[in-house]
Amino acid sequence: MSHEYVPEIAVDRDGKKHEVQGWQGDFYGGKLGFWLFMLTEVMMFGAMFLVLTYYYSLHTQDFLDASAHLNRLLGGTNTVVLLFSALTMGLGLLKMRTGDVKGAKTMIWATIILATLFLGIKGVEWTEEYTHGVFLGLDALQSGNEHSRPFGQILFYGMYFTMTGLHGFHIIIGIGLMIWLVKRIDAGKVSPHHHILHFNIALYWDLVHLIWVFVFPYFYMIGAGDVTGGAIHGH
Amino acid sequence: MSNSSNSGKSYLEAGETHYAIGHPKSVFMQWMLTIDHKRIGLMYAAVIFVFFFVAVLVALSIRIELFAPGAQLFDGDSYNQAFTLHGVIMIFLFIIPGVPAVFGNIIMPLMIGAKDVSFPRLNWFTFWLYIFGALIALSSLWTGNGFADTGWTFYAPYSLNTNTNVITTLVAAFVLGMASILTGLNFLVTIHRLRAPGMDFFKMPLFVWGIYATAWIQLLATPVVGITLILALLEKMFGIGIFDPSKGGDPVLFEHLFWIYSHPAVYLMILPAFGIMSEIIPVFSRREVFGYRTIALSSASIAGIGYLVWGHHLFTSGMSDLAKTVFSFLTFFVAIPTGVKFYDWVATMYKGKIILTTPMLWALGTMITFVIGGLTGVTIAMIGADIHLQDTYYTVAHFHYAMLGGVVFLLFAGLHYWFPVMFGKMYDEKKAKIAFYLNFVGFNVLWFPMFIAGYQGMPRRYFDYLPEFQIYHQISFFGALIFISGLAYMFYVLIQGMKHGKPSGTNPWHATTLEWHLPSSPPPLENHSKVPYVDFRPYEYHHGEPVVKFDYKTMKRID
Repeated sequence: MSHEYVPEIAVDRDGKKHEVQGWQGDFYGGKLGFWLFMLTEVMMFGAMFLVLTYYYSLHTQDFLDASAHLNRLLGGTNTVVLLFSALTMGLGLLKMRTGDVKGAKTMIWATIILATLFLGIKGVEWTEEYTHGVFLGLDALQSGNEHSRPFGQILFYGMYFTMTGLHGFHIIIGIGLMIWLVKRIDAGKVSPHHHILHFNIALYWDLVHLIWVFVFPYFYMIGAGDVTGGAIHGH
Repeated sequence: MSNSSNSGKSYLEAGETHYAIGHPKSVFMQWMLTIDHKRIGLMYAAVIFVFFFVAVLVALSIRIELFAPGAQLFDGDSYNQAFTLHGVIMIFLFIIPGVPAVFGNIIMPLMIGAKDVSFPRLNWFTFWLYIFGALIALSSLWTGNGFADTGWTFYAPYSLNTNTNVITTLVAAFVLGMASILTGLNFLVTIHRLRAPGMDFFKMPLFVWGIYATAWIQLLATPVVGITLILALLEKMFGIGIFDPSKGGDPVLFEHLFWIYSHPAVYLMILPAFGIMSEIIPVFSRREVFGYRTIALSSASIAGIGYLVWGHHLFTSGMSDLAKTVFSFLTFFVAIPTGVKFYDWVATMYKGKIILTTPMLWALGTMITFVIGGLTGVTIAMIGADIHLQDTYYTVAHFHYAMLGGVVFLLFAGLHYWFPVMFGKMYDEKKAKIAFYLNFVGFNVLWFPMFIAGYQGMPRRYFDYLPEFQIYHQISFFGALIFISGLAYMFYVLIQGMKHGKPSGTNPWHATTLEWHLPSSPPPLENHSKVPYVDFRPYEYHHGEPVVKFDYKTMKRID
């Protein structure tokens, strides 16, 4: 709103005054709305984890074999990168709250760089998998040909590319949001007194990294038994 | 009722309104860019009723095809596309946005004394997202291999193998789902944040309770079907195998994920409609609603229990017997809060001063049709009966009694009830009543024979049938003719009322809730002249007259 919003006053029968909550400048409402939106993301990824768990129970050994072939070094590095980006994002918000706008901007740029790094590593990882013939649409993940993997592996990789792909899509959206946030800060629309946008984007980023915290062990670590010294016996 | 001297023009005429972008000069762009909740609600109404009539005409063509055994109008494939088109439009474009998008937008903020919804710009965006989704859905009619032929449920593996435009329809359903989620989110925050001072949750009108419960379903269930449709989409494009048995996938999993959303979705449709019923019954009985809290909480519990019953769609899909028994048992539970509502409404009317206006007639008619729809639902919640009746015309008749005879009838009831708020005018009551009777009779003649045909084994989604079912299809056809004439006549009466109706004043029904205490009718841009302090229950009547009265300039109580 271009001009300052002045809340209306309602008066009850005893003459007591009550401030009316308007939709303008409702920080708490903006927060609530975004938390609810995050809930929809949880439901969406939750459904995919459900699918994953179901197929894990049907094809346990195939899942472990497929997982063992994922690149844990790159996946692990990415996990660290993303955790650091969550830290920079959080620090940025703290700085914004305490009035350090310049510091907040630096932290947002740091987050953007870390997010881009994450995508870069993800790209290397997917390319590597592609050259090994494992990618959506390639023969190995289709049934009924000489390269076909077992059912469970097809399902595992199918879900792997779907979920890390959707997660990566969220990262891209996040980068866009952060660049927009920097522009809004420069335009003076986001300030220490009015930082709901910063707050919500930080919340979004937390969710994006939280989802990864679940994606990483479910895909990369379940088949790590052979590497780490035998958490899985009897195959 | 008095019109105050508020100088603001009504929201329909004001050149000045709030916009999403800029300050457009032309009236057309003023509507396209408006963020006023009332205008957005009206635009939803205009669009969804156009879609409604398209889907009704498709349904009529289905009825013509079924007038006699053998192929008349369609061959088998185009018949499949026809019922899919009917289902997709009715479900995704009409009945899911339906009551929340129209009356949730126009009336709910008025009822709680708010100036608008919490995120008016998001509301504008949501409307256009809905239009965008609708265009994607319709575009598939003329491109590629024609409209999807899977039925609106897109069951795998058929939906993965057919070469019709399933992809486009899935994308459309996803976009429309997004619009639905954002509508629900907006309403949840609005109801939590923007209630007038003094209005706690148990002073809210029951329609707001219905919208509130609905919004939670929109928010929590829609993402699940959204991701299911995405998975089906990826399946079609890349063959990831998730629902494809030839790669180890499980098509029944699709059914589970689909119904985890789509069964709560039927409560998403009916709960705001029940809210309309809860508004109309006390007003035209001139009595405080019986069991206010139980009606409010039954909305919430229907929304909750509704999550746990989806399995009853899968009784014939090869679930374990234990799961079937549990789902059957849980399904019966939904009937309890629904029954509570019905008894509360009947008890409200008992010893009331019942006034048979058109909205009340629609509400009473719905009591009959929805009870038939609801109780036949209980019969097919029984596993044994369902094995026999699943995918027959019995089920078709059941959900049309519940959805058309419940949700849509109450949508019409709301349309008549809130007509004065929306347009400041009154339709011709006598003609509107004739329209109701035409609809009511036509509806029952159309659908009731299907219970019998279905019970005797007529399967759904077949374009051909055995000669012994012909009589039922023919009775249905004549019912359809009466029903469609009734619908056309009803809209004719309403449009005439919009154009030439007498001014209605702000509170023609002697109702009590806040949308009837506006400074003018239709309301000005920012609704109430002042926000009232709410220290009263929503339906207070004394000797058949509303208790609470306001001075419309200051919105202070003067009773």
